[in-house]
Amino acid sequence: MTVRIITGNEAAAWGARLARVQVVAAYPITPQSPVVETLSAWVESGEMPAELIAVESEHSAMSVCIGAATAGARAFTATSSNGLAYMTEQIWWAAGARLPLVMCVANRSLAAPWNVLNDQQDSMSVRDAGWVQLYCRDNQEVLDTVVQGYRIAERLNVPVMVCYDGFLLSHTAMPVEVPDAAAVDAFLPPRPQPLQIVDPADPRNIGPVVMADPRRDADGVLRGAYLELRAAHHEALLEALEAVPEVGEAWARATGRPGCGLVAEHRLDDAEIALVAAGSLVTQSTLVADLLREEGLPVGVLGIRCCRPFPAAAVRERLRGVRAALVLDKALSYGYAGPIATDLRAALYGTPDAPAVYGAVCGLGGRDVTPEALAEAARAALADARAGAVERPLAWIGRMAREEAR
Amino acid sequence: MTGGMVEVRWHGRGGQGAVTAAKVLAQAAYLSGWESVTAAPSFGAERRGAPVTASTRMADEPIRVLSQVTTPDVVVVLDDSLTSAVDVAAGLKPGGTVIVNTVDAEFAVPLPEGARLVRADVTGAAQAAGVVVGGQPIVNTAVLGAFAKATGLVTFEAIAEAIAGAFSGSAAERNIEAARIAYECVRE
Repeated sequence: MTVRIITGNEAAAWGARLARVQVVAAYPITPQSPVVETLSAWVESGEMPAELIAVESEHSAMSVCIGAATAGARAFTATSSNGLAYMTEQIWWAAGARLPLVMCVANRSLAAPWNVLNDQQDSMSVRDAGWVQLYCRDNQEVLDTVVQGYRIAERLNVPVMVCYDGFLLSHTAMPVEVPDAAAVDAFLPPRPQPLQIVDPADPRNIGPVVMADPRRDADGVLRGAYLELRAAHHEALLEALEAVPEVGEAWARATGRPGCGLVAEHRLDDAEIALVAAGSLVTQSTLVADLLREEGLPVGVLGIRCCRPFPAAAVRERLRGVRAALVLDKALSYGYAGPIATDLRAALYGTPDAPAVYGAVCGLGGRDVTPEALAEAARAALADARAGAVERPLAWIGRMAREEAR
Repeated sequence: MTGGMVEVRWHGRGGQGAVTAAKVLAQAAYLSGWESVTAAPSFGAERRGAPVTASTRMADEPIRVLSQVTTPDVVVVLDDSLTSAVDVAAGLKPGGTVIVNTVDAEFAVPLPEGARLVRADVTGAAQAAGVVVGGQPIVNTAVLGAFAKATGLVTFEAIAEAIAGAFSGSAAERNIEAARIAYECVRE
């Protein structure tokens, strides 16, 4: 194990290298580009024996990964923002074809208007595509989650998206424990043989049109159709609720670091209000909770590491006894609410003494989320919770009050 | 909000290597025994020649602030011509230090009460050690020597080790030599 001072992008690249990724295909986009630049340098120098395929678009990047993974290779890509949006058709294909890919998303806002800075609208917009989605609190989690991602993906035959905040993590260097290759090799053996093998001597149809109703196959067996395949996919994703924490524990045994599971919690035991967030906001929120605790305010933090599948049972259990949850979304389902707030409300619905769920949106397009602004939002939420407010309109943290003339 | 943490803001021009300096300093701070360090560029787009900033934080507990540094303890200015375009002392904490790369022993910038100005001919140090690319002295490693001497926050040995980790062979040697010369030429 070596401690390196590296950015989130470099941590992602280390994760791919340690996972012995065999095929990398990517197209550059800020703030992701340094991931592939780093991998490219290692491939060029011979430090990483992989095939790096420079493609002409993100759509092609995912297409190459689909082909490589279908042939049995361990494949990797990374993107951000409009690159992810452009890739979306193939994101659904990779999931529906049940391919065990890992993709990093250095989270960035979506255009228009152009803005290269952080929020989580890009990955949140594809949360229904059937990938496991994991959000990282810091650069250590980026490296750890990329490696763990392959073990999860190859166990369940579903792709895994590893999301980390653009610039806040992607471009911020911090100490990261880089495990020895031998420890990672023991944790992550070579990819198991694919479910369907591409073999010219045994030709078969991969990715055919599937009809609405079950039909008999060539051997006369009645096979499910589209609906059955989709139900099986949903059930595989739900299995990730067990696989994610189990793989986290196995990683902890392999590397000696505390494992990471579906959620992370900080001072929740006697909390009246919980700050709920995903990504680097979890790290920032723990600081705010500690500051507010010094003022005598009982504030805790619930970090959502696994957004898909949504850890409904875990959040119900962790939020028991809390008056209100203030959800800090860096994305918005326009015309309704933040994605994590929506999921949390649904998860808590019908639970006896469920906490109120207050939605707040912050950080869009890189707007700085300061500890002071978070503390103020938490104080206001606590006051509302103590006053018994069950619902509140969406709050905007850090929004300018009004335009000012010179 | 930032008790027990030292925040450093770098001012340079695009292409001068402020981001690399911020990162190598973070490495040196870690090697000097600080438990946690971070280094970041200013977030967003940068242009060659235009004023840019970067930041380094060091603390004896995990750093949980990811916002850009706005209230630095130490400011490092890689190019004294920047001080006419940028308020380099903006937000400087009381008792803070501003380190300026300048040949002018009398060089002055407007500073808040109680702030400390440190001057060092870092460009001269880079030139003397042969850290020159395309005819231009490169100051972003040499300045780390001046930082170590002016602040005492990191050791020179850690600076040398961090530079050795960022460059290879004779380039590392020249850059360490430049930092050593800059370490010696710091003037209050």
